Amino acid sequence: MDLIFTVAVGLLFAASLYLILHRHLFKLIVGLMIFGLASNLYVFAIGRLTREKSAIIPSDAEIALEPFADPVPQALILTAIVIGFGLQAFAIVLVKRLYQVAGTDDIDELNNTDKIDSTEK
Amino acid sequence: MQLEDHLLLLLPILVPFIGAILCIFCWRKVTAQKIIALLTQLGLLASAFMLYRHVALHEIVNIQMGGWPAPYGITLVADMLSCLLLVAGSLAGLAVIIYSFYDLDKPRIRYGYYPVVMVMQMGIGGTLLTGDLFNLYVWFEILLICAFVLITIGGTKEQLEGALKYVTINLIASGLLLVGIGTIYGMTGSLNLAQIAVQAQTMPQLQGLFVVASMFFIVSVGIKAAAFPLFFWLPASYHTPPIAVSAIIAGLLTKVGLYVLVRLFTLVFKVEPGFTMYVLLIMAGLTMVVGVLGAATQNDYRKVLSFSIVSQIGYMLMGLVIFTPLALAGTIYFIMHNMLVKTNLFMVGGAVAQAQGSFKFRHLGGVYKKHPLLAIIFFVSALSLAGIPPFSGFWGKFMLAKAGFESGFYTLAGVSLAAGVVTIIYLTKIWNQVFLKERPENIQTLLPVQPLKNMLQLPMLMLLACIVALGIYAEPFIDITMRAAEQLLNSEMYINAVLNNN
Repeated sequence: MDLIFTVAVGLLFAASLYLILHRHLFKLIVGLMIFGLASNLYVFAIGRLTREKSAIIPSDAEIALEPFADPVPQALILTAIVIGFGLQAFAIVLVKRLYQVAGTDDIDELNNTDKIDSTEK
Repeated sequence: MQLEDHLLLLLPILVPFIGAILCIFCWRKVTAQKIIALLTQLGLLASAFMLYRHVALHEIVNIQMGGWPAPYGITLVADMLSCLLLVAGSLAGLAVIIYSFYDLDKPRIRYGYYPVVMVMQMGIGGTLLTGDLFNLYVWFEILLICAFVLITIGGTKEQLEGALKYVTINLIASGLLLVGIGTIYGMTGSLNLAQIAVQAQTMPQLQGLFVVASMFFIVSVGIKAAAFPLFFWLPASYHTPPIAVSAIIAGLLTKVGLYVLVRLFTLVFKVEPGFTMYVLLIMAGLTMVVGVLGAATQNDYRKVLSFSIVSQIGYMLMGLVIFTPLALAGTIYFIMHNMLVKTNLFMVGGAVAQAQGSFKFRHLGGVYKKHPLLAIIFFVSALSLAGIPPFSGFWGKFMLAKAGFESGFYTLAGVSLAAGVVTIIYLTKIWNQVFLKERPENIQTLLPVQPLKNMLQLPMLMLLACIVALGIYAEPFIDITMRAAEQLLNSEMYINAVLNNN
């Protein structure tokens, strides 16, 4: 199962980078979403995968019995998903506004702020 | 005593948070928001200063949130470094808030400028004070989303274009930061910085993996700090929002990124001769060079300063590479000096734009004759930035270059001195184009031209006084930064303070 996760994380990162480098605004957003998902999945996978048992302590025991799934990565991902949701929502609204204001969805045309201003009049 | 620790450490986070909530309650009342923002900033400055006084007496102070002992709970830690940056940051924040009273337009204030700035200050305070890796990520996201909102506030085409680049690259950086944190957790099973530092010392078999993990942090935090070759978003976005926004993000955000690098690479990862050091060495040198060359080619006040931010980041990295007490003290001194000077230079640009309606050199001129006070403020700030003695930049550069020559980093120290010369060139360019030359006639400017409000110079004079004091009265400040550097290099102090405080 570790191997499946590893391959999946790698594929997701590759796909997201491909989409982020694309010129289209919509694909940029999809790429950013997948990038967030890939990093969340990475954290989940690297926190060791344990199947079937959760870290709930039985009522007659003092500590949870091994093996149990580590709850910390799950808590981290939960937080990261919520944060990512907020940031992605902002990015989507930003792209929509940009499309309305600039009238283009081609990122190559959005380079006006990078141009050097000449001193000639 | 325990209660006081709690309160002092929490106040720099709580004060701006309460200020933001009060500002949201007064959403439609601009004047009330201004008063609340001013009081909050004063409160933040006072609380940062009180925390500094406390830390200066008691070395490292820390509290465990919710009473869970470290390393299980979330720890807040304050040492000299975080306190000094808090004080410098809240000073710059106070100046920008006063500045915004006289420059920022009403619609942007109505869209929530003040609450967002307050929450950003809270994020900065949290990042500087947290002792937990994942908590650091969360605080970073808080200040990041605020920076997104501030850059887009008002929604002009320029701003949205700049924001797209800023948002994209920063989302990638956040993803990589999370990946790095996950890797560290997978290796050590802990998120508490002190606990991770202990693990790093006691598990030599993991050294290789620590280097791999450190690369994630170099890239992700390097993007946020705008180090070479990860800085391209900065000159593409920092010049687009109004000055009341650029001044605060330019003054504070990249430096917070740099703080994270300094914290991690003194506590968790060590900068030893080897791969990590060479990566940082090349980054530091090229950041300085590319930054100053970029600044020298630009013909827009804000763009010159944006590239200048990049080059200054190189100096701060340089201290981290050399890794001696003097070099780290130089870095800390330089970060403080830069927060104040950069904010001030951006505000001067804003005042010039208010009087002349543009930031482009071809539209500007003759400010020296019309507004001599403004010209003097620029002149002294620029001399500080360029590192002319006796102003503040000189001492920072002197400490860094001296440490570099002492430790045998001759090339890096030489590059830093050469970059200093180019700094003077581009500042002279601004001086000639904006202040000395005659103002061209019959020009169409994009922004409205209005008479310069004299009160606008108040926050600049305030920062100027701090900059001059930092330079002329340098010895006590250098002693303080030396003490901060000793604390950083002596990581046992930090670890003991956090893990054995019960």
